Amino acid sequence: MSPVIAAHGLNLTYETRDGPVHALKDVSLSVGKGEFVSFIGPSGCGKTTFLRCVAALEQPTSGTLTVNGMEPDAARRARAYGYVFQAAGLYPWRTIAGNIALPLEIMGFPKPERAERVARVLKLVDLEGFAAKFPWQLSGGMQQRASIARALAFDADILLMDEPFGALDEIVRDRLNEELLRLWAATGKTALFVTHSIPEAVYLSTKIVVMSPRPGRITDVIDSPLPRDRPLDIRDTPEFIAIAHRVREGLRAGHGDAD
Amino acid sequence: MTRLLPVLTVVGAILLLWYAATVWLNAPWARDQAARAEATLTLPALVADTMTQDRPVLPAPHQVGAELWKTVAATKVTSKRSLVWHGWVTLSATAVGFLLGSGAGILLAIGIVHSRAMDLSVMPWAVASQTIPILAIAPMVIVVLASVGVTGLLPKAVIAGWLSFFPVVVGMVKGLRAPDAMQIDQMRTWTATPGQMFWKLRLPASVPWLFASLKVSVAAALVGTIVGELPAGATAGLGARLLSGSYYGQTVQIWAALVAAAVLAAALVGLVGLIERRALRRMGMAR
Repeated sequence: MSPVIAAHGLNLTYETRDGPVHALKDVSLSVGKGEFVSFIGPSGCGKTTFLRCVAALEQPTSGTLTVNGMEPDAARRARAYGYVFQAAGLYPWRTIAGNIALPLEIMGFPKPERAERVARVLKLVDLEGFAAKFPWQLSGGMQQRASIARALAFDADILLMDEPFGALDEIVRDRLNEELLRLWAATGKTALFVTHSIPEAVYLSTKIVVMSPRPGRITDVIDSPLPRDRPLDIRDTPEFIAIAHRVREGLRAGHGDAD
Repeated sequence: MTRLLPVLTVVGAILLLWYAATVWLNAPWARDQAARAEATLTLPALVADTMTQDRPVLPAPHQVGAELWKTVAATKVTSKRSLVWHGWVTLSATAVGFLLGSGAGILLAIGIVHSRAMDLSVMPWAVASQTIPILAIAPMVIVVLASVGVTGLLPKAVIAGWLSFFPVVVGMVKGLRAPDAMQIDQMRTWTATPGQMFWKLRLPASVPWLFASLKVSVAAALVGTIVGELPAGATAGLGARLLSGSYYGQTVQIWAALVAAAVLAAALVGLVGLIERRALRRMGMAR
């Protein structure tokens, strides 16, 4: 089966006043359908840049990148992905339902279908009954769930998430991680997930991509042996701890030869 | 009541200071008159005199109040002696000028945000337009428009618009640029058109900024109208009342017109504030 995302020898260089910055150097990766891939690494390792390349928000300097077998730009127009940013980014002047309907309005879905889709994804993220509320009436965790619902509303089969839970506290984050796994299992989406947290990466992923900065590159790709069905307490098992250890080693190695 | 008390305290303090200043500023004239009549004034007589002069340097509040009562309530509103009539003349030109000015301001801001060329070229001219003293430009506008046959309300409205477009340009440019890079990226991920970006993101995001600048702009429009009524011997409007008052040394009339202008300005700003609250509540942005 052809991969959903295929990157070969991807490079991205920014020209700055202090000379060129290698945001991505020789990044090759392939992601299969239904995988949950986490990108982990320190700031400046290019994990967000890679996600933005997939979303056609950045243009790689060289190398090839295909999304669903298409150029990223074409994939975006074909509604290949939903993007969840670090901040929920809900419009304060729209209700939760109005916010989720926003991409549907932009994409030209007819009104009855919009209402039906909004109701469906609200149910999916457990926010039924909050449709008419305004964002400020919801907690940070609920806002982020609404933003995930918005990304799911138009049935993209790829979910790109850039530290979606980075600003939330540990307890809320745990619960949302659990819910995200449930959502992923229920919808069969391919997920790309950027994070700073080792436990989060190991808990969620079928594949963990460890990256390091200056230049931004992949130092390790770990295929998780954990089963797809994961209760929260799987984090106390030796398998989990072993993977977390390998991620930590990868991060340390990446840091060592960069400095 | 809790909100009324501080307001009344401030009003009371202002009245007290006003009366004190009345006595102080009008006393020389009273003493002068007494000296000519070779009489001496006792303190109570002096104080009484300072508050009853025909052409005081500073009229006492109750004199202004009596003048207001006479020209607002005790005169038919269709009479040329009615301050309500003059107020209406000023208000109508202010309203037209405000609509012209804020409309132009919004359009200019949209242009500035969407076109780099306009951003670089329009803003310096907008700033320059405000550095020219309005008193210098107002008579020229009146004369130029009169020479092409435009008289009456419109020339005054143009001057009002001249003053009122600027706050709207500045506020709207800021408001339309309020969405951050993430919100714009988000729109890009949905392949939003520039039109959708404007109508669904930039415009609603700018609404709080718009109202803040509209409040400044409506007050500026009133100032512009009054300035527009000063030259060319206008016979109607609060500006005309100010002018004729100063011709004939009718300080009481001047102050009555000033108070009327202040009340009008407060009412206009209050009205914009009311619409703002309504609009923001409907948009869910008022808490």
